[in-house]
Amino acid sequence: MTQITELTFQEIINSLQSGEISSHQLTKAYLKRIEKLEEDIHAFITITEEQALTQADKADKRFAVWRKDKTQPISPLLGVPLAVKDVLTVHNIRCTAGSKILGNFVSPYNATVVDQLLDAGMVILGKTNTDEFAMGSSTENSAYGVTHNPWDLSRVPGGSSGGSAAAVVANMAPIALGTDTGGSIRQPASFCGVTGLKPTYGRVSRFGLIAYGSSLDSAGAIARAAADIALLFPMMSGFDPKDSTSVNIPIERINLQDNIMPAQLRLGIPKEYFTSGIQPEVEIAIRKAINVLESLGIEIKEVNLPHTKYALPVYYLIAPAEASANLARYDGIRYGSRVDSTEMWDIFRKTRGTLFGAEVKRRIMLGTYALSAGYYDEYYGKAQKVRTLIKEDFDNVFKTVDLIAAPVSPTTAFKIGAHRDDPLAMYLEDIFTLPANLAGIPGITFPVGFDSHCLPIGIQLMGAPFQEEKLIRTAHAYQMVTDWHTRKPIPN
Amino acid sequence: MKLSRKQVEHIANLARLSLSAKEITQFQEQLSSILDYFEQLQDLDTNDILPTTRVLSIPCRLRTDYPTASLPLDDLLMNAPDTENDQFRVPQILP
Repeated sequence: MTQITELTFQEIINSLQSGEISSHQLTKAYLKRIEKLEEDIHAFITITEEQALTQADKADKRFAVWRKDKTQPISPLLGVPLAVKDVLTVHNIRCTAGSKILGNFVSPYNATVVDQLLDAGMVILGKTNTDEFAMGSSTENSAYGVTHNPWDLSRVPGGSSGGSAAAVVANMAPIALGTDTGGSIRQPASFCGVTGLKPTYGRVSRFGLIAYGSSLDSAGAIARAAADIALLFPMMSGFDPKDSTSVNIPIERINLQDNIMPAQLRLGIPKEYFTSGIQPEVEIAIRKAINVLESLGIEIKEVNLPHTKYALPVYYLIAPAEASANLARYDGIRYGSRVDSTEMWDIFRKTRGTLFGAEVKRRIMLGTYALSAGYYDEYYGKAQKVRTLIKEDFDNVFKTVDLIAAPVSPTTAFKIGAHRDDPLAMYLEDIFTLPANLAGIPGITFPVGFDSHCLPIGIQLMGAPFQEEKLIRTAHAYQMVTDWHTRKPIPN
Repeated sequence: MKLSRKQVEHIANLARLSLSAKEITQFQEQLSSILDYFEQLQDLDTNDILPTTRVLSIPCRLRTDYPTASLPLDDLLMNAPDTENDQFRVPQILP
Protein backbone atom coordinates (compact mmCIF):
# COMPACT_ATOMS: atom_id res chain seq x y z
CA MET A 1 0.00 0.00 0.00
CA THR A 2 1.18 3.52 -0.74
CA GLN A 3 2.13 5.44 2.36
CA ILE A 4 0.37 8.76 2.88
CA THR A 5 3.65 10.67 2.62
CA GLU A 6 4.25 9.20 -0.84
CA LEU A 7 1.08 10.69 -2.32
CA THR A 8 1.74 13.29 -4.99
CA PHE A 9 0.63 16.86 -4.39
CA GLN A 10 -2.42 16.44 -6.60
CA GLU A 11 -3.30 13.12 -4.91
CA ILE A 12 -3.07 14.86 -1.52
CA ILE A 13 -5.49 17.56 -2.67
CA ASN A 14 -7.90 15.00 -4.19
CA SER A 15 -7.83 12.75 -1.12
CA LEU A 16 -8.42 15.66 1.24
CA GLN A 17 -11.34 16.94 -0.81
CA SER A 18 -12.93 13.51 -1.22
CA GLY A 19 -12.56 12.91 2.52
CA GLU A 20 -10.47 9.79 1.93
CA ILE A 21 -7.89 11.22 4.32
CA SER A 22 -8.18 14.05 6.81
CA SER A 23 -5.69 16.87 7.20
CA HIS A 24 -5.12 15.58 10.73
CA GLN A 25 -4.12 12.13 9.42
CA LEU A 26 -1.95 13.64 6.74
CA THR A 27 -0.21 15.99 9.18
CA LYS A 28 0.35 13.16 11.65
CA ALA A 29 1.86 11.02 8.89
CA TYR A 30 4.32 13.78 7.98
CA LEU A 31 5.22 14.44 11.62
CA LYS A 32 5.90 10.73 12.05
CA ARG A 33 8.05 10.68 8.94
CA ILE A 34 9.99 13.70 10.25
CA GLU A 35 10.51 11.99 13.59
CA LYS A 36 11.81 8.89 11.83
CA LEU A 37 14.31 10.63 9.55
CA GLU A 38 15.30 13.75 11.45
CA GLU A 39 18.20 12.11 13.26
CA ASP A 40 19.89 11.21 9.96
CA ILE A 41 18.92 14.19 7.83
CA HIS A 42 18.34 17.04 10.28
CA ALA A 43 16.21 19.15 7.95
CA PHE A 44 14.43 21.08 10.72
CA ILE A 45 15.43 23.56 13.42
CA THR A 46 11.98 23.66 15.04
CA ILE A 47 9.09 21.21 14.63
CA THR A 48 5.72 22.80 15.37
CA GLU A 49 3.65 19.70 16.06
CA GLU A 50 1.05 21.22 18.36
CA GLN A 51 0.29 24.22 16.13
CA ALA A 52 0.29 21.98 13.05
CA LEU A 53 -2.35 19.65 14.47
CA THR A 54 -4.49 22.63 15.54
CA GLN A 55 -4.28 24.06 12.01
CA ALA A 56 -5.06 20.61 10.55
CA ASP A 57 -8.16 20.22 12.75
CA LYS A 58 -9.31 23.66 11.68
CA ALA A 59 -8.90 22.62 8.04
CA ASP A 60 -10.87 19.43 8.65
CA LYS A 61 -13.75 21.44 10.13
CA ARG A 62 -13.74 23.65 7.05
CA PHE A 63 -13.84 20.55 4.82
CA ALA A 64 -16.83 19.17 6.78
CA VAL A 65 -18.79 22.40 6.22
CA TRP A 66 -17.81 22.46 2.55
CA ARG A 67 -18.89 18.87 1.91
CA LYS A 68 -22.41 19.79 3.07
CA ASP A 69 -22.53 22.97 0.99
CA LYS A 70 -20.15 23.17 -1.93
CA THR A 71 -21.37 26.57 -3.14
CA GLN A 72 -18.67 28.26 -1.03
CA PRO A 73 -15.38 27.38 -2.74
CA ILE A 74 -12.36 26.24 -0.72
CA SER A 75 -8.70 26.90 -1.39
CA PRO A 76 -6.96 24.01 -3.16
CA LEU A 77 -4.23 24.19 -0.50
CA LEU A 78 -6.64 23.73 2.43
CA GLY A 79 -5.19 21.22 4.90
CA VAL A 80 -1.95 20.69 2.94
CA PRO A 81 1.23 20.62 5.08
CA LEU A 82 4.10 23.03 4.44
CA ALA A 83 7.65 23.42 5.76
CA VAL A 84 8.96 26.98 6.19
CA LYS A 85 12.61 28.04 6.03
CA ASP A 86 13.68 29.47 9.36
CA VAL A 87 14.28 32.97 8.00
CA LEU A 88 10.54 33.57 7.44
CA THR A 89 8.67 34.50 10.59
CA VAL A 90 5.65 32.64 11.95
CA HIS A 91 3.66 34.25 14.76
CA ASN A 92 4.49 32.87 18.22
CA ILE A 93 7.06 30.43 16.81
CA ARG A 94 10.80 30.69 17.39
CA CYS A 95 12.65 32.08 14.36
CA THR A 96 16.44 31.64 14.56
CA ALA A 97 17.67 32.40 11.03
CA GLY A 98 20.15 29.62 11.82
CA SER A 99 21.91 31.96 14.25
CA LYS A 100 22.72 31.83 17.95
CA ILE A 101 21.95 35.53 18.14
CA LEU A 102 18.24 34.74 17.54
CA GLY A 103 18.28 31.51 19.54
CA ASN A 104 15.41 32.63 21.78
CA PHE A 105 13.61 34.92 19.36
CA VAL A 106 9.87 34.27 19.12
CA SER A 107 8.25 36.17 16.29
CA PRO A 108 5.48 38.61 17.26
CA TYR A 109 4.05 38.49 13.70
CA ASN A 110 3.72 36.41 10.54
CA ALA A 111 5.69 37.09 7.39
CA THR A 112 3.21 38.19 4.71
CA VAL A 113 3.87 35.06 2.66
CA VAL A 114 3.19 32.92 5.74
CA ASP A 115 -0.02 34.87 6.36
CA GLN A 116 -1.12 34.26 2.77
CA LEU A 117 -0.54 30.51 2.98
CA LEU A 118 -2.15 30.16 6.41
CA ASP A 119 -5.14 32.05 4.99
CA ALA A 120 -5.20 29.47 2.20
CA GLY A 121 -5.54 26.81 4.93
CA MET A 122 -2.03 25.33 4.86
CA VAL A 123 -0.57 23.55 7.88
CA ILE A 124 2.95 24.48 9.02
CA LEU A 125 4.98 21.43 10.05
CA GLY A 126 8.05 23.33 11.21
CA LYS A 127 10.96 25.62 10.45
CA THR A 128 13.71 24.25 8.24
CA ASN A 129 17.46 24.49 8.63
CA THR A 130 19.42 27.21 6.86
CA ASP A 131 22.88 28.69 6.73
CA GLU A 132 23.09 31.46 9.32
CA PHE A 133 21.11 34.45 7.96
CA ALA A 134 20.94 32.54 4.65
CA MET A 135 24.67 33.13 4.09
CA GLY A 136 26.06 29.99 2.58
CA SER A 137 25.77 27.36 -0.15
CA SER A 138 25.74 24.18 1.92
CA THR A 139 23.67 24.65 5.14
CA GLU A 140 26.94 23.97 7.00
CA ASN A 141 26.90 27.51 8.43
CA SER A 142 23.84 26.85 10.62
CA ALA A 143 24.39 27.21 14.36
CA TYR A 144 21.99 24.27 14.75
CA GLY A 145 23.95 21.56 12.95
CA VAL A 146 24.42 20.48 9.34
CA THR A 147 21.61 19.11 7.17
CA HIS A 148 22.58 15.93 5.35
CA ASN A 149 21.73 15.30 1.71
CA PRO A 150 19.16 12.45 1.63
CA TRP A 151 20.87 11.00 -1.48
CA ASP A 152 24.17 10.61 0.37
CA LEU A 153 24.33 11.52 4.04
CA SER A 154 28.03 12.40 3.83
CA ARG A 155 27.21 15.24 1.42
CA VAL A 156 25.68 18.68 1.79
CA PRO A 157 22.10 19.39 0.63
CA GLY A 158 23.22 22.73 -0.83
CA GLY A 159 22.14 25.99 0.69
CA SER A 160 21.08 28.11 2.14
CA SER A 161 17.56 26.55 1.89
CA GLY A 162 19.12 23.10 2.41
CA GLY A 163 16.64 22.08 5.11
CA SER A 164 13.65 22.80 2.85
CA ALA A 165 15.13 20.93 -0.14
CA ALA A 166 16.15 17.90 1.95
CA ALA A 167 12.73 17.80 3.64
CA VAL A 168 10.89 17.77 0.31
CA VAL A 169 12.99 15.05 -1.35
CA ALA A 170 12.86 12.85 1.78
CA ASN A 171 9.03 13.16 1.94
CA MET A 172 9.25 14.99 5.27
CA ALA A 173 7.05 17.72 3.75
CA PRO A 174 5.07 17.82 0.50
CA ILE A 175 6.26 21.35 -0.29
CA ALA A 176 8.39 24.03 1.36
CA LEU A 177 9.21 27.72 1.35
CA GLY A 178 12.76 28.89 0.76
CA THR A 179 14.51 32.16 0.08
CA ASP A 180 17.00 32.96 -2.67
CA THR A 181 19.49 35.83 -2.46
CA GLY A 182 22.22 34.33 -4.66
CA GLY A 183 20.91 30.86 -5.49
CA SER A 184 19.68 29.65 -2.11
CA ILE A 185 16.53 28.02 -3.52
CA ARG A 186 17.85 26.86 -6.89
CA GLN A 187 21.15 25.29 -5.81
CA PRO A 188 19.80 23.15 -2.91
CA ALA A 189 16.82 22.12 -5.08
CA SER A 190 19.35 20.98 -7.68
CA PHE A 191 21.59 19.17 -5.15
CA CYS A 192 18.54 17.34 -3.71
CA GLY A 193 16.79 16.55 -7.02
CA VAL A 194 13.67 18.65 -6.49
CA THR A 195 12.04 21.61 -8.28
CA GLY A 196 12.69 25.14 -7.00
CA LEU A 197 11.36 28.52 -8.09
CA LYS A 198 13.06 31.84 -7.39
CA PRO A 199 10.48 34.47 -8.36
CA THR A 200 11.09 37.92 -9.86
CA TYR A 201 12.37 40.39 -7.26
CA GLY A 202 9.37 42.09 -5.66
CA ARG A 203 6.77 39.55 -6.75
CA VAL A 204 6.58 37.90 -3.33
CA SER A 205 6.54 40.15 -0.26
CA ARG A 206 9.74 40.38 1.78
CA PHE A 207 7.87 41.48 4.91
CA GLY A 208 8.86 39.02 7.65
CA LEU A 209 11.77 37.66 5.62
CA ILE A 210 14.78 38.26 7.87
CA ALA A 211 16.85 40.61 5.71
CA TYR A 212 20.20 39.57 4.26
CA GLY A 213 20.69 41.43 0.95
CA SER A 214 17.58 43.54 0.57
CA SER A 215 17.99 44.34 -3.15
CA LEU A 216 18.44 40.61 -3.91
CA ASP A 217 16.29 38.63 -1.42
CA SER A 218 13.25 36.80 -2.74
CA ALA A 219 11.03 34.14 -1.19
CA GLY A 220 9.99 31.19 -3.31
CA ALA A 221 9.07 27.53 -3.26
CA ILE A 222 10.69 24.09 -3.30
CA ALA A 223 8.49 21.19 -4.43
CA ARG A 224 8.44 17.72 -5.91
CA ALA A 225 7.19 18.98 -9.28
CA ALA A 226 6.58 22.16 -11.24
CA ALA A 227 2.83 21.42 -11.19
CA ASP A 228 2.87 21.76 -7.38
CA ILE A 229 4.53 25.16 -7.61
CA ALA A 230 1.89 26.16 -10.17
CA LEU A 231 -0.70 25.76 -7.39
CA LEU A 232 1.31 27.41 -4.60
CA PHE A 233 2.90 30.34 -6.40
CA PRO A 234 -0.27 32.36 -7.21
CA MET A 235 -1.21 32.15 -3.50
CA MET A 236 2.10 33.54 -2.29
CA SER A 237 2.62 36.37 -4.75
CA GLY A 238 0.89 39.72 -4.82
CA PHE A 239 1.17 43.28 -3.67
CA ASP A 240 1.99 44.00 -0.03
CA PRO A 241 1.81 47.56 1.30
CA LYS A 242 4.27 46.51 4.04
CA ASP A 243 7.06 45.97 1.47
CA SER A 244 8.00 49.10 -0.49
CA THR A 245 9.59 47.03 -3.28
CA SER A 246 6.52 44.82 -3.67
CA VAL A 247 5.02 44.96 -7.17
CA ASN A 248 1.37 44.87 -8.04
CA ILE A 249 1.23 42.34 -10.85
CA PRO A 250 -1.00 39.56 -9.51
CA ILE A 251 -1.31 36.07 -10.99
CA GLU A 252 -4.81 34.59 -10.82
CA ARG A 253 -3.86 31.02 -11.60
CA ILE A 254 -1.39 29.10 -13.71
CA ASN A 255 -3.16 26.92 -16.20
CA LEU A 256 -1.24 23.76 -17.01
CA GLN A 257 -4.16 22.17 -18.80
CA ASP A 258 -4.71 24.30 -21.96
CA ASN A 259 -1.74 23.04 -23.86
CA ILE A 260 1.37 21.38 -22.64
CA MET A 261 3.88 23.82 -24.03
CA PRO A 262 3.49 27.55 -24.44
CA ALA A 263 3.56 28.10 -28.21
CA GLN A 264 6.71 29.10 -30.05
CA LEU A 265 9.07 29.47 -27.14
CA ARG A 266 12.64 30.40 -27.89
CA LEU A 267 15.30 29.10 -25.50
CA GLY A 268 18.72 30.75 -25.34
CA ILE A 269 21.88 28.82 -24.47
CA PRO A 270 24.55 31.22 -23.14
CA LYS A 271 28.02 29.94 -23.92
CA GLU A 272 29.47 31.74 -20.87
CA TYR A 273 27.68 29.21 -18.62
CA PHE A 274 29.29 26.20 -20.28
CA THR A 275 32.85 26.80 -19.17
CA SER A 276 35.69 24.35 -18.61
CA GLY A 277 35.22 24.16 -14.81
CA ILE A 278 31.93 22.30 -15.06
CA GLN A 279 31.66 18.61 -14.15
CA PRO A 280 31.34 16.75 -17.51
CA GLU A 281 28.35 14.66 -16.35
CA VAL A 282 26.51 17.87 -15.43
CA GLU A 283 27.03 19.35 -18.88
CA ILE A 284 25.98 16.11 -20.62
CA ALA A 285 22.74 15.87 -18.61
CA ILE A 286 21.90 19.50 -19.30
CA ARG A 287 22.58 19.16 -23.06
CA LYS A 288 20.28 16.10 -23.10
CA ALA A 289 17.55 18.02 -21.28
CA ILE A 290 17.86 20.83 -23.82
CA ASN A 291 17.36 18.23 -26.56
CA VAL A 292 14.19 17.05 -24.80
CA LEU A 293 12.92 20.63 -24.66
CA GLU A 294 13.73 21.02 -28.36
CA SER A 295 11.75 17.86 -29.13
CA LEU A 296 8.77 19.51 -27.40
CA GLY A 297 8.83 22.27 -30.00
CA ILE A 298 11.05 24.86 -28.36
CA GLU A 299 13.42 26.72 -30.64
CA ILE A 300 17.04 26.66 -29.40
CA LYS A 301 19.37 29.61 -29.99
CA GLU A 302 22.87 30.41 -28.87
CA VAL A 303 23.06 33.70 -26.94
CA ASN A 304 25.72 35.78 -25.17
CA LEU A 305 25.82 37.14 -21.65
CA PRO A 306 29.32 38.64 -21.80
CA HIS A 307 29.51 39.99 -18.23
CA THR A 308 28.66 36.68 -16.55
CA LYS A 309 32.10 36.20 -15.00
CA TYR A 310 31.80 39.49 -13.13
CA ALA A 311 28.63 38.38 -11.30
CA LEU A 312 30.65 36.71 -8.56
CA PRO A 313 32.71 39.73 -7.44
CA VAL A 314 29.69 42.03 -7.92
CA TYR A 315 27.46 39.83 -5.77
CA TYR A 316 30.05 39.29 -3.06
CA LEU A 317 30.46 43.06 -2.74
CA ILE A 318 26.79 44.09 -2.91
CA ALA A 319 25.29 41.32 -0.76
CA PRO A 320 27.81 41.68 2.11
CA ALA A 321 27.49 45.47 1.94
CA GLU A 322 23.72 45.21 2.33
CA ALA A 323 24.17 42.52 5.00
CA SER A 324 26.55 44.66 7.02
CA ALA A 325 23.83 47.33 7.21
CA ASN A 326 20.94 44.89 7.75
CA LEU A 327 22.69 42.99 10.52
CA ALA A 328 23.56 46.17 12.44
CA ARG A 329 20.20 45.70 14.19
CA TYR A 330 21.52 42.70 16.15
CA ASP A 331 23.00 44.63 19.04
CA GLY A 332 21.63 42.73 22.05
CA ILE A 333 19.31 45.55 23.07
CA ARG A 334 15.81 45.21 21.64
CA TYR A 335 15.64 41.52 20.74
CA GLY A 336 17.89 38.52 20.37
CA SER A 337 20.46 37.30 22.83
CA ARG A 338 22.93 39.55 24.66
CA VAL A 339 26.41 38.99 26.02
CA ASP A 340 26.41 41.23 29.04
CA SER A 341 28.93 43.85 30.01
CA THR A 342 28.92 46.99 32.13
CA GLU A 343 29.66 49.17 29.13
CA MET A 344 27.33 49.78 26.20
CA TRP A 345 29.84 49.54 23.32
CA ASP A 346 31.19 46.41 24.88
CA ILE A 347 27.73 44.82 24.82
CA PHE A 348 27.51 45.47 21.06
CA ARG A 349 30.98 44.14 20.32
CA LYS A 350 30.79 41.08 22.55
CA THR A 351 27.22 40.15 21.62
CA ARG A 352 28.02 40.31 17.91
CA GLY A 353 31.53 38.87 18.17
CA THR A 354 30.39 35.92 20.26
CA LEU A 355 26.99 35.08 18.79
CA PHE A 356 27.55 35.53 15.03
CA GLY A 357 29.19 32.60 13.23
CA ALA A 358 32.37 32.81 11.14
CA GLU A 359 30.75 33.30 7.72
CA VAL A 360 28.38 36.01 8.96
CA LYS A 361 31.30 37.87 10.54
CA ARG A 362 33.32 37.46 7.34
CA ARG A 363 30.55 38.99 5.23
CA ILE A 364 29.92 41.80 7.71
CA MET A 365 33.65 42.60 7.58
CA LEU A 366 33.75 42.45 3.77
CA GLY A 367 30.63 44.62 3.45
CA THR A 368 31.77 47.14 6.04
CA TYR A 369 35.07 47.49 4.19
CA ALA A 370 33.34 47.89 0.79
CA LEU A 371 31.21 50.72 2.22
CA SER A 372 33.91 52.39 4.32
CA ALA A 373 35.32 55.86 3.69
CA GLY A 374 37.95 55.81 0.94
CA TYR A 375 36.89 52.42 -0.50
CA TYR A 376 33.24 53.00 -1.40
CA ASP A 377 33.87 54.05 -5.03
CA GLU A 378 36.46 51.35 -5.67
CA TYR A 379 34.29 48.50 -4.37
CA TYR A 380 30.59 49.12 -3.70
CA GLY A 381 30.21 51.90 -6.30
CA LYS A 382 32.04 49.88 -8.94
CA ALA A 383 29.96 46.78 -8.18
CA GLN A 384 26.70 48.71 -8.59
CA LYS A 385 27.86 49.92 -12.03
CA VAL A 386 28.87 46.45 -13.19
CA ARG A 387 25.51 45.21 -11.91
CA THR A 388 23.96 47.52 -14.52
CA LEU A 389 26.02 45.81 -17.26
CA ILE A 390 24.90 42.36 -16.07
CA LYS A 391 21.27 43.49 -16.07
CA GLU A 392 21.68 44.95 -19.59
CA ASP A 393 23.09 41.62 -20.84
CA PHE A 394 19.81 39.96 -19.82
CA ASP A 395 17.66 42.79 -21.24
CA ASN A 396 19.40 42.34 -24.60
CA VAL A 397 19.09 38.56 -24.66
CA PHE A 398 15.39 38.64 -23.75
CA LYS A 399 14.78 40.67 -26.93
CA THR A 400 15.54 37.54 -28.95
CA VAL A 401 14.61 34.61 -26.65
CA ASP A 402 11.94 33.89 -24.01
CA LEU A 403 14.00 31.75 -21.67
CA ILE A 404 17.64 30.95 -20.95
CA ALA A 405 18.91 27.47 -20.02
CA ALA A 406 22.04 26.97 -17.91
CA PRO A 407 23.59 24.75 -15.28
CA VAL A 408 22.60 25.52 -11.67
CA SER A 409 25.99 24.71 -10.20
CA PRO A 410 29.27 23.53 -11.74
CA THR A 411 29.09 20.28 -9.71
CA THR A 412 26.68 17.96 -7.95
CA ALA A 413 26.45 17.90 -4.12
CA PHE A 414 29.89 18.05 -2.51
CA LYS A 415 31.11 16.39 0.69
CA ILE A 416 30.39 17.98 4.06
CA GLY A 417 33.51 19.92 5.04
CA ALA A 418 34.95 20.09 1.49
CA HIS A 419 35.20 23.90 1.48
CA ARG A 420 35.63 24.38 5.23
CA ASP A 421 38.72 26.60 5.13
CA ASP A 422 38.29 28.15 1.73
CA PRO A 423 35.47 30.71 1.58
CA LEU A 424 36.29 31.71 -2.00
CA ALA A 425 35.91 28.10 -3.21
CA MET A 426 32.49 28.05 -1.52
CA TYR A 427 31.52 31.35 -3.22
CA LEU A 428 32.46 29.86 -6.62
CA GLU A 429 29.69 27.26 -6.13
CA ASP A 430 27.20 30.11 -6.73
CA ILE A 431 28.69 31.32 -9.98
CA PHE A 432 25.69 30.33 -12.19
CA THR A 433 22.91 31.37 -9.82
CA LEU A 434 24.11 34.86 -8.82
CA PRO A 435 23.32 36.67 -12.11
CA ALA A 436 19.53 36.14 -11.81
CA ASN A 437 19.49 37.82 -8.39
CA LEU A 438 21.61 40.73 -9.60
CA ALA A 439 19.21 41.23 -12.53
CA GLY A 440 16.06 40.62 -10.43
CA ILE A 441 14.77 37.97 -12.85
CA PRO A 442 13.00 34.68 -12.05
CA GLY A 443 14.59 31.23 -12.32
CA ILE A 444 13.43 27.66 -11.94
CA THR A 445 15.49 24.50 -11.44
CA PHE A 446 14.47 20.89 -11.84
CA PRO A 447 16.22 17.51 -11.99
CA VAL A 448 17.45 16.27 -15.39
CA GLY A 449 19.60 13.28 -14.47
CA PHE A 450 22.12 11.74 -12.08
CA ASP A 451 25.90 11.53 -11.98
CA SER A 452 27.92 8.34 -11.44
CA HIS A 453 27.59 8.73 -7.63
CA CYS A 454 23.77 8.69 -7.98
CA LEU A 455 23.59 12.39 -7.14
CA PRO A 456 20.94 14.53 -8.83
CA ILE A 457 21.81 17.03 -11.57
CA GLY A 458 19.61 20.07 -12.08
CA ILE A 459 19.04 22.48 -14.95
CA GLN A 460 18.21 26.13 -14.49
CA LEU A 461 15.83 28.11 -16.69
CA MET A 462 15.75 31.89 -16.34
CA GLY A 463 13.10 34.23 -17.71
CA ALA A 464 12.45 37.92 -18.17
CA PRO A 465 10.87 39.72 -15.19
CA PHE A 466 7.37 38.40 -14.33
CA GLN A 467 7.65 35.37 -16.66
CA GLU A 468 7.29 32.78 -13.87
CA GLU A 469 4.34 31.21 -15.67
CA LYS A 470 6.49 30.38 -18.72
CA LEU A 471 9.17 28.88 -16.47
CA ILE A 472 6.68 26.74 -14.55
CA ARG A 473 4.89 25.57 -17.69
CA THR A 474 8.12 24.68 -19.46
CA ALA A 475 9.40 22.74 -16.44
CA HIS A 476 6.02 20.99 -16.24
CA ALA A 477 6.12 20.08 -19.92
CA TYR A 478 9.57 18.52 -19.37
CA GLN A 479 8.30 16.63 -16.32
CA MET A 480 5.35 15.26 -18.32
CA VAL A 481 7.74 13.39 -20.64
CA THR A 482 10.51 12.46 -18.13
CA ASP A 483 10.53 10.88 -14.67
CA TRP A 484 13.69 12.28 -12.98
CA HIS A 485 11.57 14.31 -10.58
CA THR A 486 9.82 11.17 -9.32
CA ARG A 487 13.06 9.45 -8.20
CA LYS A 488 13.44 9.19 -4.43
CA PRO A 489 16.52 8.56 -2.30
CA ILE A 490 15.03 6.76 0.72
CA PRO A 491 12.45 3.98 0.56
CA ASN A 492 9.56 4.36 2.98
CA MET B 1 48.61 41.27 1.51
CA LYS B 2 45.92 43.67 0.52
CA LEU B 3 44.73 44.37 4.05
CA SER B 4 46.98 45.16 6.99
CA ARG B 5 46.25 43.84 10.45
CA LYS B 6 45.51 47.41 11.51
CA GLN B 7 42.92 47.77 8.74
CA VAL B 8 41.19 44.55 9.80
CA GLU B 9 41.03 45.84 13.37
CA HIS B 10 39.63 49.15 12.10
CA ILE B 11 36.89 47.39 10.09
CA ALA B 12 36.02 45.17 13.08
CA ASN B 13 35.66 48.30 15.17
CA LEU B 14 33.40 49.96 12.57
CA ALA B 15 31.27 46.79 12.49
CA ARG B 16 31.23 46.54 16.32
CA LEU B 17 32.61 43.01 16.29
CA SER B 18 34.98 41.78 18.97
CA LEU B 19 37.40 39.42 17.21
CA SER B 20 40.06 37.16 18.70
CA ALA B 21 43.70 37.53 17.59
CA LYS B 22 43.28 34.30 15.63
CA GLU B 23 40.16 35.60 13.86
CA ILE B 24 41.98 38.80 12.92
CA THR B 25 44.80 36.81 11.31
CA GLN B 26 42.32 34.57 9.52
CA PHE B 27 40.19 37.44 8.21
CA GLN B 28 43.30 39.33 7.12
CA GLU B 29 44.31 36.39 4.91
CA GLN B 30 40.85 35.44 3.68
CA LEU B 31 39.57 38.94 2.97
CA SER B 32 42.83 39.82 1.22
CA SER B 33 42.55 36.87 -1.14
CA ILE B 34 38.84 37.58 -1.78
CA LEU B 35 39.65 41.22 -2.58
CA ASP B 36 42.47 40.09 -4.91
CA TYR B 37 39.94 38.00 -6.79
CA PHE B 38 37.65 41.03 -7.04
CA GLU B 39 40.42 43.05 -8.75
CA GLN B 40 39.09 41.78 -12.10
CA LEU B 41 36.27 44.34 -11.82
CA GLN B 42 38.84 47.07 -12.42
CA ASP B 43 39.35 45.70 -16.00
CA LEU B 44 35.97 47.09 -16.96
CA ASP B 45 35.60 50.70 -18.00
CA THR B 46 32.46 51.88 -16.20
CA ASN B 47 32.91 55.65 -16.52
CA ASP B 48 29.70 56.11 -18.51
CA ILE B 49 27.65 53.47 -16.68
CA LEU B 50 25.01 54.42 -14.14
CA PRO B 51 24.97 52.37 -10.94
CA THR B 52 21.95 50.10 -10.38
CA THR B 53 19.83 51.57 -7.64
CA ARG B 54 16.64 49.69 -8.45
CA VAL B 55 16.75 46.45 -10.31
CA LEU B 56 13.33 46.68 -11.95
CA SER B 57 12.03 49.84 -13.56
CA ILE B 58 9.03 49.99 -11.26
CA PRO B 59 8.73 53.19 -9.27
CA CYS B 60 9.23 53.02 -5.55
CA ARG B 61 5.88 53.11 -3.83
CA LEU B 62 5.43 55.06 -0.65
CA ARG B 63 2.36 54.45 1.45
CA THR B 64 0.27 57.27 2.83
CA ASP B 65 1.50 58.42 6.18
CA TYR B 66 -1.40 57.71 8.50
CA PRO B 67 -1.39 56.03 11.91
CA THR B 68 -2.45 52.39 12.13
CA ALA B 69 -2.49 49.93 15.01
CA SER B 70 0.98 48.86 16.19
CA LEU B 71 1.89 45.50 17.64
CA PRO B 72 1.02 45.18 21.35
CA LEU B 73 3.75 46.52 23.63
CA ASP B 74 4.14 43.19 25.42
CA ASP B 75 4.80 41.43 22.11
CA LEU B 76 7.49 43.95 21.24
CA LEU B 77 9.20 43.64 24.60
CA MET B 78 8.99 39.86 24.92
CA ASN B 79 12.26 39.25 23.05
CA ALA B 80 14.29 41.94 24.79
CA PRO B 81 17.17 40.71 26.95
CA ASP B 82 16.44 43.28 29.67
CA THR B 83 13.43 45.54 30.26
CA GLU B 84 12.13 47.87 32.96
CA ASN B 85 8.83 49.79 33.09
CA ASP B 86 7.93 48.84 29.51
CA GLN B 87 11.29 50.03 28.20
CA PHE B 88 14.51 48.46 27.01
CA ARG B 89 17.11 48.57 29.75
CA VAL B 90 20.76 49.32 28.91
CA PRO B 91 23.82 50.17 30.99
CA GLN B 92 24.41 53.81 31.85
CA ILE B 93 25.76 55.64 28.79
CA LEU B 94 26.47 59.15 30.06
CA PRO B 95 28.84 59.54 33.00
